[in-house]
Amino acid sequence: MSQRIPVTELTGGFRDRAEVALADGQLRTNFRTAMDSLMKKRADAFPDEEEREGLRELGNRIKARALSRLPDLLEQLEAKLTDNGVKVHWAETTEQANEIVHGIIGARQGSQVVKGKSMVSEEMEMNDYLAERGVECLESDMGEYIVQLDGEKPSHIIMPAIHKNRYQVARLFHDKLGVDETDDVNELIQIGRRTLRRKFMEADVGVSGVNFAIAETGTLLLVENEGNGRMSTNAPPVHIAVTGIEKVVENLRDVVPLLSLLTRSALGQPITTYVNMISGPRKADELDGPEEVHLVLLDNGRSGAFADAQMRQTLNCIRCGACMNHCPVYTRVGGHTYGEVYPGPIGKIVTPHMVGLHQVPDHPSASSLCGACGEVCPVKIPIPELLQRLRQENVKSPAEGPKVKDGGAKYSRKERLIWRFWQTLNSSPVLYRLFLWGATRFRKLTPKHVGPWTENHTAPVPAKRSLHDLAREHLARNGGQ
Amino acid sequence: MSARSNILNKLRTGLAGSIPRPDDFDERLVTEPWQYAPEDRITRLRSLMEAVHTEIHQVSSDSWPEKVAGILAARNLSNLLHAPATAHGQKLGEYWPQSGSSAQLLAYDRPVEEWKEELFWQVDASLTGTVGAIAATGSLVLWPDRHEPRLMSLLPPLHIALLRASEIEDNLYAMMQRQNWSAGLPTNLLLVSGPSKTADIEQVLAYGAHGPKELVVLILEDA
Repeated sequence: MSQRIPVTELTGGFRDRAEVALADGQLRTNFRTAMDSLMKKRADAFPDEEEREGLRELGNRIKARALSRLPDLLEQLEAKLTDNGVKVHWAETTEQANEIVHGIIGARQGSQVVKGKSMVSEEMEMNDYLAERGVECLESDMGEYIVQLDGEKPSHIIMPAIHKNRYQVARLFHDKLGVDETDDVNELIQIGRRTLRRKFMEADVGVSGVNFAIAETGTLLLVENEGNGRMSTNAPPVHIAVTGIEKVVENLRDVVPLLSLLTRSALGQPITTYVNMISGPRKADELDGPEEVHLVLLDNGRSGAFADAQMRQTLNCIRCGACMNHCPVYTRVGGHTYGEVYPGPIGKIVTPHMVGLHQVPDHPSASSLCGACGEVCPVKIPIPELLQRLRQENVKSPAEGPKVKDGGAKYSRKERLIWRFWQTLNSSPVLYRLFLWGATRFRKLTPKHVGPWTENHTAPVPAKRSLHDLAREHLARNGGQ
Repeated sequence: MSARSNILNKLRTGLAGSIPRPDDFDERLVTEPWQYAPEDRITRLRSLMEAVHTEIHQVSSDSWPEKVAGILAARNLSNLLHAPATAHGQKLGEYWPQSGSSAQLLAYDRPVEEWKEELFWQVDASLTGTVGAIAATGSLVLWPDRHEPRLMSLLPPLHIALLRASEIEDNLYAMMQRQNWSAGLPTNLLLVSGPSKTADIEQVLAYGAHGPKELVVLILEDA
């Protein structure tokens, strides 16, 4: 079966893009190779199952505890950070968050921004927002830089440029930076280093994300391997950190297991090269560090997920990406197919709260529910369970009061009637037997075309005799028991 | 209504009727798997850090400045950034004239703004202290301050760090407890576990992404 039959009736963006992605051999090779390697690295980093499971349980409890006190912890974090000299801002929407960031840059008459890796800034589409207002916002994580240079979005939350191979990057650097084409990865990285170092030096403002915000001490913790996070947060005169409200943890000690779970699950590393713990701007007598540090706390639908005790678990996420690395769907279609900031299993359960199910109606069902994501999640988010819940919310009628943003996006009266008919048929013995009698007698009358199903499959035809019938005969012949 | 009160109100409504979860943090889960006999700590630290291209030397507390001169000479570097107001910076400064090294000693003694261009592009190497290390993960702990600023361990392509053998702890939790981090942190506490690296292209590991290309650790055996 090498020849795929094109599906003509498509119902949504995800399906369209999946068709294209599945037919792209290069893309599939790039993802398959990368995901296989990341899965192996994670497995090697957790050689002791008992240790791993104990740590996952602890991670889950720490996040659940933090969420059970979230408003108090946010206030404590704000008070501590303020004491430390950090200015805290709150934004309900990405628009508000962008306005805040732009306002801070404007107050310094800034025109150049360097950004460490931040998925929340992707949610905000901060680069575009600032560019429209004359502020250059440059990505400084190597992967993000490559993706930005090519006018793309990240395809993986930890490895943004994983969909590209070295030759594609070499071509891109040659075209955009005017350098000689080289397929030596070291040389490509050195080109990035030289280009970005000047930007770090000249930038007016550095923007970063946050991995954990510690309420106890008023500390913003960032993990990274490259040093671009340290550059972005230390070299420019102003540092703006943007983060979701769910990133706060109660105590400093809480980050010990979370940090270990994060770096081992994400990359199979015992720890990242740098763990950068920022507790304030430059002090009066210090010689470097930003003069101003700001934290923007973004809601963007998180409080909506929080309102539902089951959906609240999506806020446990520490953004390690292990769920996508282990996802058979993600590995085949790649990150861009999801069309949203957060791809893969975690994307499917967090995105609806941000953009609504109308925008991502196919996400909850783009899963085989194999369970791999839930099994590897370092903070034990029951992703398959939440996907099933979203499938239910997705088809609720308005009268049933869907609880998720734009719930009922896929509600159809026709589908509901068909299922009701099916239910009645299967719960009434008389009707069931009558249907069986008709289906086996009039099997030739089954339609040859059954919606999109028959575009890739042959139409189902009932057998001449039912299983019940055959079983009865079998038992009669063999004496029955 | 401000964004702040809207968010907090929504969260409080979501929590209505629920009680906070108890703090049942079980420290054994983050300490017991990561304990080493004192003599094994250095071995563990070395194996992890060397696996990510860190160069490590065990030297005596007296002779380390010579080693520094040797490291610079071997690489033919022309300068070294140090922190003269620290004990180790002072020691290095006293030794340097007799080292015979052609490398110039630079001091981080003025605000970054006054020499940003030079710091970013012309400093070859730096020497900083550490406040200890973590055997479990192979990490140095850096506590930058007025005398030894943050960028010292980030900008120069070669970073040399001094570590006292007696200050290696088993794990991060033990380090936090011993140094009582929750009582007060510097503006920028750092864990450094190797030279800067990236695997963003095809997952091929490349060193020297944005930070130091080389990290050299001198473990000082107590005399």
